Amino acid sequence: MKGFEYYAPETLDAAVEILARYGEGAYPVAGGTDLIPKMRYGHVAPQAVVNLKRIPGLNRITSLENGGLHVGALVTLTQLSREALVRERYPVVAHIAGKMASAQVRNLATVGGNLCNAAPSADLAPPLIALDAEALIVGPEGERRVPLEHFFTGPGATVLGPGELLTAVLLPPPQPHTRAMYIKHAHREALDIAIVGVAALVRLAPGTATCQGARIVLGAVAPTPIRAREAEALLEGAPLTEEHIAEAGRLAAQAARPIDDVRGSAWYRRKMVDVLTRRAIAGTRGEGGDLT
Amino acid sequence: MKQLVSLQVNGERHELYVPVHKTLLEVLREELGLTGTKHGCELGECGACTVLVDGEPILSCLTLPVEVQGRDITTVEGLASQGVPHPLQVAFAELNAAQCGYCTPGMLMSAKALLDRTPDPSPDEVREALAGNLCRCTGYVKIVEAVRLAARRQQGDLGTVVDEIERALNEGVVREPGA
Repeated sequence: MKGFEYYAPETLDAAVEILARYGEGAYPVAGGTDLIPKMRYGHVAPQAVVNLKRIPGLNRITSLENGGLHVGALVTLTQLSREALVRERYPVVAHIAGKMASAQVRNLATVGGNLCNAAPSADLAPPLIALDAEALIVGPEGERRVPLEHFFTGPGATVLGPGELLTAVLLPPPQPHTRAMYIKHAHREALDIAIVGVAALVRLAPGTATCQGARIVLGAVAPTPIRAREAEALLEGAPLTEEHIAEAGRLAAQAARPIDDVRGSAWYRRKMVDVLTRRAIAGTRGEGGDLT
Repeated sequence: MKQLVSLQVNGERHELYVPVHKTLLEVLREELGLTGTKHGCELGECGACTVLVDGEPILSCLTLPVEVQGRDITTVEGLASQGVPHPLQVAFAELNAAQCGYCTPGMLMSAKALLDRTPDPSPDEVREALAGNLCRCTGYVKIVEAVRLAARRQQGDLGTVVDEIERALNEGVVREPGA
């Protein structure tokens, strides 16, 4: 690994100032589980590494007045999976957080790191987008909010500009009669990257099987995580019948723009989007779905 | 760029002047001579370099020493107490849970963190806790048995190796040939 200037600022302002000063030469580090191997293998050679862990408050999960949740960018996957507020309100998030990578990596890796690394296969992205999460960003120009759906701009790329930091993910209050499920398809459960990830969220009209609102979000099958809007539109206002679910699967597969790579072919990924979308929607009807 | 770091390793305090880009793994092995922690993939995928920080397992190959200053670091050298091996070490030896031994320090550290949190884990809980530690020799069965034997002994149950193998057979963790 090459040498670098090391900073451990104790305020957000100081971190933003350092990042803005170095521009593209500065890399923020949180857990380091993505950055350190990239530095080790020479994929990146930062002039400056800015450790964010000394900044107070970034590793906290707090309840918002509206019943939603503020999840600091430095919250680890272990914290996210164990925190009672997350388990109660958004079990779909707690569940996948507790399954990602390995125990050792989950103790280091952070919510912000998983999102800012912007792998198309990032496991937190589909369930968080399905929940209409927002990214809270702080930079030289102040604070702004971006729907997480629009946070990613390509593999490894986000809307973050020079000097900007993701400081938190904001989750809206859980909706009644709503369930979500995320299915990660990988060769093995631990230490593996998704071949395909599908999150489905369905809100039912009380006491009926009529869908009032839906989110279908696909991971690892496009340059960024994407919503399958045609599939969502089909489900909204419609009864959750086998026919509708099958059609939603087909529409989601059409929305996918997968590539061939070492983990799977484009053809296979598209097929699996169909299968997993149907399975995830069915899962939200109580067949293994997590309440949200 | 070198930096003065103060590390608390196995209860001992060390003041070191190290290049900032050296990982905790490199500092433990090369500066402190604690070579029990193994150098594996350096990608965070094999678990050979697992150490405990404040009791939780982390990967020392992905950690910069400056980030764990003031925290309590435990390596495999810190497992034995006053020359008496930890129950996990005894059980690993008795059950031949180590073959080539390269993954063993990491396995022991992940297993210790598990037992500190879950004193009587099920086979599935052991497998999940050790999912980030790869072993290319044993096939894992002996490792799972060893962790559970150590767990029983820590709880005051003087289990024997034979008991533990019988229990594993009864629970279907292993099967007799042809069964």
